[in-house]
Amino acid sequence: MEILTGLLNGFAVALEPANLFWCFVGVLLGTVVGILPGLGPPATIAMLLPLTFNMNPAGAIIMLAGIYYGAKYGGSTTSILMNVPGESASVVTCLDGYQMAKKGRAGPALGIAAIASFVAGTVGVLGLMLVAPPIAKFALSFSSPEYFALMSLGLALVVLLAGRSIVKALLAALVGLWIASVGTDLFSSTSRFTFGQMELLSGIDFVVVAIGVFALAEVMVNMEARGETQLLPVPKGLKNLLPTMQDLKDCRFAFLNGSVIGFLVGALPGGGSTIASFLSYGLEKAVSPRREQFGTGVIEGVAAPEGANNSETGGALVPLLTLGIPGSGTTAILLAALVLWGFKPGPLFIPEHPALFWGLVASMYIGNVMLLILNLPLVPLFAQVLRMPAYVLYPLILGVSMVGVYSVSGSMFDLLLLLAFGLLGYLMRKLDYPSAPLILGLALGAGMERALRQSLMMSEGSLAILVSRPISAVMLSLAVLVLLIPMFGKLNAWRLRALEQE
Amino acid sequence: MEDRTRKSGDLWSGVALAALGLYIIVQARQWEYLGPEGPGAGFFPFWYGVAMLGLSALLVVSHLRRRSVRGNAIDWARLGRAFSTWFALAASVALFKPLGFVVGFALLTYFIVAVMYRRPLKTAALVAVASAAGFYLVFDLALGVPLPVGILGF
Repeated sequence: MEILTGLLNGFAVALEPANLFWCFVGVLLGTVVGILPGLGPPATIAMLLPLTFNMNPAGAIIMLAGIYYGAKYGGSTTSILMNVPGESASVVTCLDGYQMAKKGRAGPALGIAAIASFVAGTVGVLGLMLVAPPIAKFALSFSSPEYFALMSLGLALVVLLAGRSIVKALLAALVGLWIASVGTDLFSSTSRFTFGQMELLSGIDFVVVAIGVFALAEVMVNMEARGETQLLPVPKGLKNLLPTMQDLKDCRFAFLNGSVIGFLVGALPGGGSTIASFLSYGLEKAVSPRREQFGTGVIEGVAAPEGANNSETGGALVPLLTLGIPGSGTTAILLAALVLWGFKPGPLFIPEHPALFWGLVASMYIGNVMLLILNLPLVPLFAQVLRMPAYVLYPLILGVSMVGVYSVSGSMFDLLLLLAFGLLGYLMRKLDYPSAPLILGLALGAGMERALRQSLMMSEGSLAILVSRPISAVMLSLAVLVLLIPMFGKLNAWRLRALEQE
Repeated sequence: MEDRTRKSGDLWSGVALAALGLYIIVQARQWEYLGPEGPGAGFFPFWYGVAMLGLSALLVVSHLRRRSVRGNAIDWARLGRAFSTWFALAASVALFKPLGFVVGFALLTYFIVAVMYRRPLKTAALVAVASAAGFYLVFDLALGVPLPVGILGF
């Protein structure tokens, strides 16, 4: 009953004309971003974040979330038409989607991708709506030691699944913690790591790091090659995009599989939509009576991963909104956005800001309907975006990045920091250091330090407090176990397989 | 990117991160570690500094112990294009103060289109002027987002 009331109130918020407009803008931008190879949701959300500071927070979070899940819809278009994933979550869609397109079935492939995304995306939101409130209630009993343990566990899971080398992923997370420490210590007013620069006394803005590491680094990687990819013919007319009844029948299990796996993997920090889509594809292949045909243009091979990567969004928002723990680079940016607007995601987020939470949930139902409408009949129109020359696109991304950073503080110093973090992000990619742990370390750094110091104040300096409380002891033990996984041959082989697929 | 870059990259990035870890430890020791009210400003940085030093040492040692594996050659052309983009961006940021965002960004766009993508100069000029004007109209005039202003007043 409580959930139903909340949802009805949420629809009242989401259906306000301004919020409907921002929802539409978000899903539209998300679709375009998903279609464009080389521009992902974290980079886009980071670039647009500064522009939302003067917006109503409900409209702003609805728009940013729209970009997040809208990109999952758009990502399939390039996978199917060009064999180039628009974003990492759509890599697996290339396997059967492109083969279908080559056989002249691009329409049904695009159609089933949109339908599976809609079904699983809606199931993901349903999961978020049902699971988030009880988790938030449970987390109300958490104190500083539990929060420290929870953040450590979240960071450990992200480190585990972020890169082939755990050492490099841990180092990236530690650099994130270091960047988070730059500035004035709020407990003692001590200036830390400021190098005598006045501008660093208030710390390094999250937006500057996120835009540098994601957007600038992405442009630099994409600028390495000058080539453009060929586009297969785009089917025209809704009739040519609709799958047949037999196609839909073949995809029955894929819809369910994608929905459930996507949500569960999303709720785990570090899981992410790429792993969700691969797991879902793997399961679909394992149970399919025509498993040997997978990879040659089987429609379930498109439906399962596309469903999973959309359902993952709902799952990923559960730990973010109820515990304040982001599980990926994108959700870390969403966390920073909520904090910048003055909210504190965590157990009290839903009771203190019901309009925002339920408004977001309701907007995701509406957004999924908008995306289905946008992505079925309008796919040929969106595919035209792919004809935008790279030499026009990349300067635009650089320009929006610089404007975004400058608009936060009006400081040229921040633009210099942006250059430095862009270079850092590029070097990290080249040297195989994952960027998600760095962003997560940065997002969680201040909270982790505060929770640890408060815990030690409670215990008068004894670290035993972290292991003497059952919930915190369990979570810290899990964090240690997670980091020890690479030492166990079989488990590490599984981890590396998951990463190779990614 | 190529194996060889990564392999020697492991060594040099490990050394750089070890130096950073050491710097963090040295700095953290100058701040209060444990006070009467609990941990001080140096407590948390000290421990992640130690972890950084230890892990980077592990990275360096594992690199040195690894048998040398022949990797692919470094593709300097690709690296050159990426770094050229970065330098062009840095130059345009440097030009923001005297010339303002609009002119600095137009020059950056012109460079990318004409030099990096080798498009005709007319196309480059058109894209540069249109993009810069678009940014000025959308951000400065329509959205009221301030852009760096130069001596020309925009």
